[in-house]
Amino acid sequence: MSGLFCVCQPMKFAIVVHGAPYSSEACLSALMFAKAVLASGHSINRVFFYHDGVYTANSLIAPPQDETAVSEQWQEFGISHHIELIACIASCLRRGILDETEADRYGKSGSNLAPGFTISGLGQLIDASINADRVVTFGV
Amino acid sequence: MSSILYVFSRPPHGSINAQEGLDTLLMGSAFTTCSVLFVGDGLMQLIEGQSTDEMGTKNFSLGFGALKDYGVTRIACSKPDLVASGLTKGDFVIEVESLDAEGMQALIRTHDKVLNF
Repeated sequence: MSGLFCVCQPMKFAIVVHGAPYSSEACLSALMFAKAVLASGHSINRVFFYHDGVYTANSLIAPPQDETAVSEQWQEFGISHHIELIACIASCLRRGILDETEADRYGKSGSNLAPGFTISGLGQLIDASINADRVVTFGV
Repeated sequence: MSSILYVFSRPPHGSINAQEGLDTLLMGSAFTTCSVLFVGDGLMQLIEGQSTDEMGTKNFSLGFGALKDYGVTRIACSKPDLVASGLTKGDFVIEVESLDAEGMQALIRTHDKVLNF
């Protein structure tokens, strides 16, 4: 993987995830890529989950024990490396991914945003894209 | 500040990708220099006279009329895909420039970032 980015200077990456865990391979590929970015000495300014990618932030996912816990691995990755995992608010609301604030606002029975994720707006995608050296999108 | 090129390649109503792409383009143009390139089935997003009344989905194609007001720098489509689709620029809701392969390459090269939808 490091051979793909033969550069002298460390680069700042923004990562965009459009694919849902299990439905799409993109979500797990993005995680592996993110780990490889850090392992190669580069940094990640933000991971933005858009479209079906926001399903990654669903804390109620309960996969079979012999399958990769994609969402939990993302949580662990974000928390342990202090990397922002932002889930698009418009995509989240359409798909029933809610933090406590949004659940209250829309009068829903519960919230289900996984630890390590933050719900925020599209401006976060633009900001990450502008300020990164490279933007890499998974699942389009 | 980084400029962003948006590449739209999906048809308009089969998935929400096209609508989300337009949302992101409009948001992005408030922050930085943005252009858009329509390729493949993405050209169908621009067809004039679309109606989603009987589909239960949002007719977001009307939003393309706002691109100029939002300061989107260049609005372009793939000339080979335009020819292959049997469409002409006159079929579209807004004015677009059509680019051959070299023109598209140049457009991509002149932007710092590319976001695909």
